[in-house]
Amino acid sequence: MSVNPTSAEIAEKAATKTVSETVEPQGARAFEPPAQEPAPPRLFEEVLLAVDNVSLRFGGVTALAEVSFDIRKGEIRAIIGPNGAGKTSMLNCINGFYHPSEGKITFRGEARRKMRPYEAASGGIARTFQNVALFKGMSTLDNIMAGRSLKMKANLFWQMLRFGPAMREEVEHRRVVEDIIDFLQIQAIRKTPVGKLPYGLQKRVELGRALAMEPDLLLLDEPMAGMNLEEKEDMSRFILDVNNHFGTTIALIEHDMGVVMDLSDRVVVLDYGRKIADGTPHEVKRDQKVIDAYLGVPH
Amino acid sequence: MNLLHQIFVEPFLFMGEAPDLLLQVLWEGFVSGILYALIALGFVLIFKASGVFNFAQGIMVVFAALTLVGFYAMGVPAILSLALAIGVMFLLAVTVERVVLRPLVNQPDIILFMATFGITYFLIGFGELIFGGEPKQMITSQLMLPEGRTNLEIAGGFVTIQHIDIAAAAIAVVMIATLGIFFSKTRIGRALRAVADSHKAALSVGISLNQIWVTVWFAAGIVALVTGIMWGARSDVSFALQIIAFKALPVLILGGFTSIPGAIVGGLIIGFGEKIAEFYWGPLVGGGIESWFAYIIALIFLVFRPQGLFGEKIIERI
Amino acid sequence: MIYREAGQFKSNYAADMAVFPLRQDRIGIFVIILLAYSMAYFGSTFMLQAVLIPFLIFALAAIGLNMLVGYTGLLSLGTGAFMGVGAYACYKLMTIFPGVNVIVWIFVSGFFAAGIGVIFGLPSLRIKGFYLAVATLAAQFFLQWTFNRVPWLYNYNVSGAIEAPRRTLFDVHIVGAAATPQARYIVVLTIVILLTWIASNIVHGRIGRQWMAIRDMDIAAELMGIRPFKAKLMAFAVSSYYCGVAGAMMVFLWYGGAEYNVFNIEQSFLILFMVIIGGLGSLIGSFFGAALIFMLPIAMGAFLPAIFAPLGIRVGAETIEHLRFMILGAMIIFFLIVEPHGLARLWQIVKQKLRVWPFPY
Repeated sequence: MSVNPTSAEIAEKAATKTVSETVEPQGARAFEPPAQEPAPPRLFEEVLLAVDNVSLRFGGVTALAEVSFDIRKGEIRAIIGPNGAGKTSMLNCINGFYHPSEGKITFRGEARRKMRPYEAASGGIARTFQNVALFKGMSTLDNIMAGRSLKMKANLFWQMLRFGPAMREEVEHRRVVEDIIDFLQIQAIRKTPVGKLPYGLQKRVELGRALAMEPDLLLLDEPMAGMNLEEKEDMSRFILDVNNHFGTTIALIEHDMGVVMDLSDRVVVLDYGRKIADGTPHEVKRDQKVIDAYLGVPH
Repeated sequence: MNLLHQIFVEPFLFMGEAPDLLLQVLWEGFVSGILYALIALGFVLIFKASGVFNFAQGIMVVFAALTLVGFYAMGVPAILSLALAIGVMFLLAVTVERVVLRPLVNQPDIILFMATFGITYFLIGFGELIFGGEPKQMITSQLMLPEGRTNLEIAGGFVTIQHIDIAAAAIAVVMIATLGIFFSKTRIGRALRAVADSHKAALSVGISLNQIWVTVWFAAGIVALVTGIMWGARSDVSFALQIIAFKALPVLILGGFTSIPGAIVGGLIIGFGEKIAEFYWGPLVGGGIESWFAYIIALIFLVFRPQGLFGEKIIERI
Repeated sequence: MIYREAGQFKSNYAADMAVFPLRQDRIGIFVIILLAYSMAYFGSTFMLQAVLIPFLIFALAAIGLNMLVGYTGLLSLGTGAFMGVGAYACYKLMTIFPGVNVIVWIFVSGFFAAGIGVIFGLPSLRIKGFYLAVATLAAQFFLQWTFNRVPWLYNYNVSGAIEAPRRTLFDVHIVGAAATPQARYIVVLTIVILLTWIASNIVHGRIGRQWMAIRDMDIAAELMGIRPFKAKLMAFAVSSYYCGVAGAMMVFLWYGGAEYNVFNIEQSFLILFMVIIGGLGSLIGSFFGAALIFMLPIAMGAFLPAIFAPLGIRVGAETIEHLRFMILGAMIIFFLIVEPHGLARLWQIVKQKLRVWPFPY
């Protein structure tokens, strides 16, 4: 059975979020549904991550200025904005690659200012990258296995022998990795060096690598950049499935407004490092400041 | 306690007691600093234009000097030898561009770096095969460079200054100034800075990468030749000099890979530092610390200020 | 025909993750090991002393460096010095505690090299590429100076050299003047096989994956929870351990004695070249590289004069030395351009061709 939901269906699914249902292909792709009524938004209470008055400066350049928003447990949160608005910088702050010059970030109720990226990772934040950042010399399998690093504990001694606990652990995690490979439908490229894969598959492997960390919060930096329509549909489905099956909270940056509107529960809009809007896709779409930022205002 | 005294008090007392010795040491440091700076300058030229960290620059110094002396030994007049050596450096630049750089374009920096090890080894073997491995005398007087020495009476003693050192310093200054003007004022200089910023962008506006590479490698070859003459005049010409050429690496760490003033200041710091350390503190540990002192300074720099004295802090992006 | 995987099914993950998943490979490696041991009986003294023993020792050092350069992507020019640390540590330990078996000390001396390696690896946390190469040059020059200027290290010998005292294993002389090449060869071979097996386990496991992750994309690796600090220092430690053991074996199981300048920068370059030509990130490549580079001058010394003699050209030892440098340099450039993965990749291609033979793919 071929499963290829159209964007309309994705929208529907995003709106209703019926868990783990397979969407039957219906309707022609060419058919664009008329403007829908916004579905009743999903409600999320518990705040997973709060960004509080964060500013980021490089010398004289201000990348972020007093940005505040929160990400709630279980939701899909989109960060949008024109190029150079500071979206990637925001993600970099969240997972500790940059350190905010001011303000604080609270993750699971714990405030922090300075943190190394690997500490963020062990706290349960995973991410993918705008320009694919896979380990090019390694196979798909090894890439995703590398994502299990945090969960693997066998010490050097057993690893030297590749025996006992070390081997048991390898097999155990291999099983988890194979599940992810099945989920993303990349069985055939298991042992291919990722450098040789086409772009769309690389993005998928990268998602797999992030999933292997079993994160609480998954940051996706333009997961659909440079993809064609079908690849975008596939990727959207994976994102929704991850959110539904595993309950993973997702924050994503995306330029394709259709995708953003369909996938996300709430949207925060950045422009020149400042937050200019925050709310449901429906609200944001009508916000005058957002329209100005994207279309420009006559001066 | 006694050790602390030996480390922190005695050397300074000694400096005060014999200011002429101190001046002599400083002068020595200055001269070797200039020479380090010249080698480092060759590195910087190539790094700026092609992004290649040219490990072979030190060997090019020796190779250039050896070529010059070698031609002279074959009976070619001194000035003609000089011209021939320049010609050889040009051929070298063309060959390197053809055989090494062009096939390796767009490879990771580290691959190009390792390729220059290959150049290093090839030049050592080639130079010795053609001109022989035994140490040779630099043809200082034939090139009409000053010889001899002057004893300057200063501070109750005297400082000995080799005339060739003065010439070296003067030539170095002239050469650095020329290069500075060349790069900031001429068309090729502008093209070169464009290439340094981005190969692709430079190509797209019609700058010939190959021509630029040949130009900088040739320029670096000339710098190497001059350095080789100066250095050869102070000691013999042989591939044993390569160990000194390695000293340019710490200089670069201090000065940053892309900064010409950095190369000069770095060279001087290393030059002064190692002569003073060797003379005043070396005896405490049995001498010979000149062989590693520069590297340890560089190591400390790397830990605390990896971008060098004049480099800008690099913002990593993902 | 023989090299086929058809019919070999893997029914569990452990079998799929084995280092040699193919039966033919397992048989092949067994045969090679058997042949290697039998060389102790069939090989001439010259063959053992001048070819096989040094080849194995260099291969071990190359494996050590490969774990650092090839797997972790950290360029080091201090290999020679780290080998020296192993050699001098082993010498001190042997002479201070003559009662303990020398094999123990050979393995222990590696830990000293590892410790020193970690210290000089510390800058790698902030710097990479050629910056790190310069930092390891500091190790090279500083340590070499230490071997020369600290007389305690060579027990105040007037000659300034360290010499192998006589030591036995199971009443057979393996170190010192009384040891036969056969005995030393078997010891060297056993140690190299053991350490190669361990190296292969490490690079195929979690630590190896972390190293490669750091090599391929260090930022992404860190964002996935791999601590660069730990992984890089681990790489320096393991790599230096291997170099240290190789250094100790070099002095006590091959040379029989050494001076400080054995561990010079030339040595570091030679081993780096073995790694590059053999194949970055390949253990079997380290053996190929060591074989090619170590055998090159021997082969040239044997054949060149014979080739050129009829032409009336005399090829002296010096000329061979100069030619060796040129060929080495040219080979490095050639391999970096044509096959950056070195001889190991060629080997893989051959294996792949064999697999699908007689079809082209």
